[in-house]
Amino acid sequence: MPLHHYRPPPNHGGITSTQQQQVTHQPPAMDVLSQSRRQLADYTNSLHRDGFLDDQFSQLQQLQDESSPDFVMEVVSLFFEDCQKLVTNMARALSELQAVDFKQVDSSVHQLKGSSSSVGAARIKNLCVAFKTCCDSQNRDGCMRCLQEVNRECVLLKNKLQTLFRLEQQIISAGGSIPM
Amino acid sequence: MAAAGTESLRWNLAEEVGVSGWSGSGSEEFHVLAVDDSIVDRKLIERLLKSSSFKVTAVDSGTRALQYLGLDGEKSTSAVGFNQESKAFKEIPVVIMSSENVLTRIHSCLEEGAEDFLMKPVKKSDVTKLKDFMVKGDQAEKGKRSSIKRKMDDDILKLTMPPTAIASSSSEVEDQSSSASHSPSSSSSSPCSSPCKRTRLQ
Repeated sequence: MPLHHYRPPPNHGGITSTQQQQVTHQPPAMDVLSQSRRQLADYTNSLHRDGFLDDQFSQLQQLQDESSPDFVMEVVSLFFEDCQKLVTNMARALSELQAVDFKQVDSSVHQLKGSSSSVGAARIKNLCVAFKTCCDSQNRDGCMRCLQEVNRECVLLKNKLQTLFRLEQQIISAGGSIPM
Repeated sequence: MAAAGTESLRWNLAEEVGVSGWSGSGSEEFHVLAVDDSIVDRKLIERLLKSSSFKVTAVDSGTRALQYLGLDGEKSTSAVGFNQESKAFKEIPVVIMSSENVLTRIHSCLEEGAEDFLMKPVKKSDVTKLKDFMVKGDQAEKGKRSSIKRKMDDDILKLTMPPTAIASSSSEVEDQSSSASHSPSSSSSSPCSSPCKRTRLQ
């Protein structure tokens, strides 16, 4: 069942009172761990299903190990910093009152496409395809719309990944390990 | 070995001449100079290579790559003590990483001596293949003619002898090639530099 609907059983798993004394149930810590694992799996699956992440993100996760335990978070942080920089550059270029330097915008879109592809940020990567088309046709309004969408998706993905990392942290706190 | 989102040069430790502290025999650790202007890609390729037991130096431009190798024409000491005349350069294989899936470009990179061409985003399996290639190249007899085959539809690389110079191209490399009179980072894949047929790290 979906983990956010999970509620602990009212008693020891529905066992009748005469049997309670003989029951050995899992210690609470194990419940929390398997619950957290379930949450993480469900959440990760939903991010893939909804197209936020693609297989490249899984590749990143596979590269994380004891020698590099924060790798995914580090790459993702670099990505969002890079996003911010590129979005700012594009906003500035597109708000030029005189001629917009579409080459510059295009160059930023290209960079964004590359880095989003490298971290598995599928929605952002796909937006860049449409964005590039607007640049090619020197469509300022189209570009502005694309930029707004990119910005929105960056914020959205950032929140989603923060949730993901929080769920991972829950597992680690409960004594588990990532990857599972 | 070089993994370059933009460009990278690799040298086989076993083939290095006169660099202290690096023993050729027995050591399976290859040192890769990775060049990419994207910080995200640099981080990724660094992790990919390290997790395959490569030693990695990551730089953000062709200029820095040349500086690192001591090939920038300056008298400054480089990290590795190569010089323009060093024959070891010819042995450096170069691999290109690019997000552009343009067959003609890929083809010309390989024609000009690139060892392989990796499509971004780079994955673990790409690096594993490269590692196998490097290890095989290391074990092969010297003096044999190299024959490098590459199928265009996938990244399979078949190699029968020690690595020859590999050029990995990128827009960074192209800038370097066209501006430097004798650039060791040979291989330029773009049409604009095709008149000077790539000579390997001369």
